[in-house]
Amino acid sequence: MTMVYYAIQQTVNALSIGSLYALMAVGLAMVFSILRLINFAHGDLMMIAAYLAAFALFANVPLGLTVIFIIAGTVIVGLLMERIAYRPIRGAPDVATLLTSLAVAQILQNGMLLTTRFLGQPIQIAFPTPAVLNGVVAFGPITVPRLNVVSLAVGFIALVSLSFFVTRTVPGLSMRAAAEDLTAAQLMGININRIIALAFAIGSGLAAIAGLLFAVQAGQINPYMGFTPVLKAFIAAVIGGFGSIAGAVVGGFVLGALEVLLTALPGIGDILPPGMVSPSTQALIQQWLPSSLTGYRDAFVFVALILMLLFRPNGILGRPDREEMR
Amino acid sequence: MSTLDDRPASPAVGEAQPANPGGVAALTQSPVAIRLGAILLLAVGLTLLQLPGRAFWQGFVINLGIFMILVLSLNLASGFTGVFSLGHIGFMALGAYGSAILTLPLAKKADYLPNLPAWLAAVHFDFYLGPFPLGFLLATLLAAGLVAGVALLVGLVLMRLSGHFVAVATLGFLVIVRVILFNADNFTRGSRTFSNVTPYTGLWWVWCWAILTLYVVWRLKYSAYGRAMFAQREDSLAAQAIGLAILPPRLLAFVVSAFFTAVAGSLYAHFITSFSPTVFYFDLTFRVITMLIVGGLGSVSGSVLGTVAIMALAEALRRLEDVTLLYGMSQITLAVILIVIIIYRPNGLLGRREIVLARLFRKGGEPSP
Repeated sequence: MTMVYYAIQQTVNALSIGSLYALMAVGLAMVFSILRLINFAHGDLMMIAAYLAAFALFANVPLGLTVIFIIAGTVIVGLLMERIAYRPIRGAPDVATLLTSLAVAQILQNGMLLTTRFLGQPIQIAFPTPAVLNGVVAFGPITVPRLNVVSLAVGFIALVSLSFFVTRTVPGLSMRAAAEDLTAAQLMGININRIIALAFAIGSGLAAIAGLLFAVQAGQINPYMGFTPVLKAFIAAVIGGFGSIAGAVVGGFVLGALEVLLTALPGIGDILPPGMVSPSTQALIQQWLPSSLTGYRDAFVFVALILMLLFRPNGILGRPDREEMR
Repeated sequence: MSTLDDRPASPAVGEAQPANPGGVAALTQSPVAIRLGAILLLAVGLTLLQLPGRAFWQGFVINLGIFMILVLSLNLASGFTGVFSLGHIGFMALGAYGSAILTLPLAKKADYLPNLPAWLAAVHFDFYLGPFPLGFLLATLLAAGLVAGVALLVGLVLMRLSGHFVAVATLGFLVIVRVILFNADNFTRGSRTFSNVTPYTGLWWVWCWAILTLYVVWRLKYSAYGRAMFAQREDSLAAQAIGLAILPPRLLAFVVSAFFTAVAGSLYAHFITSFSPTVFYFDLTFRVITMLIVGGLGSVSGSVLGTVAIMALAEALRRLEDVTLLYGMSQITLAVILIVIIIYRPNGLLGRREIVLARLFRKGGEPSP
């Protein structure tokens, strides 16, 4: 029975990590679908949200207000980023936009580094986790960290409202039209500047939520914390089919599951209950899945990315490949 | 210099005029003489740097040479072919660790890396030929050759992608290399600092390699291979339509470039003598890319110019940081410069054009290339 509980716990784990990645990937995918821009600075929006949350919580602002505060702050940063750095290079070659976003990421990271130094804080600070997000929730014999339940619930609510927004409201439909064909959307009277700003705003808001949850999970924050998550979000988006919102969500959960699997499988031979498999099988598992493989998890994840790009470049939900003539 | 101007073939705007066209006129007409002259000048400069009391400038010029190799080879891989690689620093890391493990003297090796496999533990490249550290040269060549092999495998897979996707996939390669360096404790000591590397690298080592890189990249640009690289960068469909294969020129650029990047890694390892995997990551990648973009994708002399400009600027900013204690300011400045260049001069300072030394001496008019 313990194996079943273990599996259920890991599944909840996978779903909660997956919903974080989905929250991040959706923002990346929205911007990419409209502008063909991979916004590497998206991860740093998350980092900024985490810092804003830390500052607010240190000042004993209640959690509800903090959430509103970090969403507002991050959306403002996201909009400024779009206006100052990305609007002037709209339509530039792929590489130029990509490098611009890398430069923006550098500016945000080092800007935060400067700010923390200015405030006399160390580079790495412990995140003041609100008590609500601490502890575990017990469902009968199964205990799950409360944070995971919250992540899952928040991710679910955010993604459902987003899907309502893009399918049932006029701005949402305009956004999808812009993603389909920017010029045609403009000819149909859609104000694309407003739509692009809206995409950045929504992406930043979701990144803010993800940033708070991520900071609680990591327990500490630093100016560089956004780098790996944005790469992971990119992988999630690629797995689902880049540029599709639904794909980003699916990709996020697939990636979450993959990561938990890659963390749980190495060393599983050591914790199998006696009598579940024959000793020779157990020895074989121990030999081929040693716990030392855990450290290589990210390497395997990126190998998965490269394989996806090669064999299913449009993702598991994507349409068949088509070469664009430009 | 008219060659710095954006407009094509504008008539000599402030072209450098020879101050005394009389006696040196014949020499300034010969490209070979000018190139030899430049190398001689460099040699004199390097010799002067070895006078006592120049330690700071020695270090600066060694770093300059290492970065020049990095930027030139990234230009070959990314500027010439348009397939942007964000993973080159991974090759540099492999080159650094590879050659550092090879040159470690036997006694130190057993003590320092006790868990090396027997065949590697027995190999050592710390021998000399007279005063010349032949082992260092061989270790560098061996490590760079191995890295070129890795690049061939990686390139066979990644060079089929294009645009954003190849950039992110190569970034994935960088992350993979980092994860491996952190976890392969037996070879790299993991996250602990790898020190005790023999300090072989000096001015002459770095600049001989830098000149060689410059020469190879320059020759490649004007070879049939180079033209194939540029052709498929400008329009891959049109290039295919006239019968050019896409993969071979990209692969050639990628492998040669990885080789020299690994050489730079080896030189760096034997210069700095202690390092850890954290060095070879995103900040370094970003700095090399800034130099490349400032110089211009596809321009060899642009890479040289961009490296010198950004190195000088970064050093000045670093000193300013030390005074003002605003750490992080220099990175921000460099990033802002990159964005401004991309917005206002998307082709960098030189674009694809070159500063031809001979042209600087010539009078008026645009000479034939």
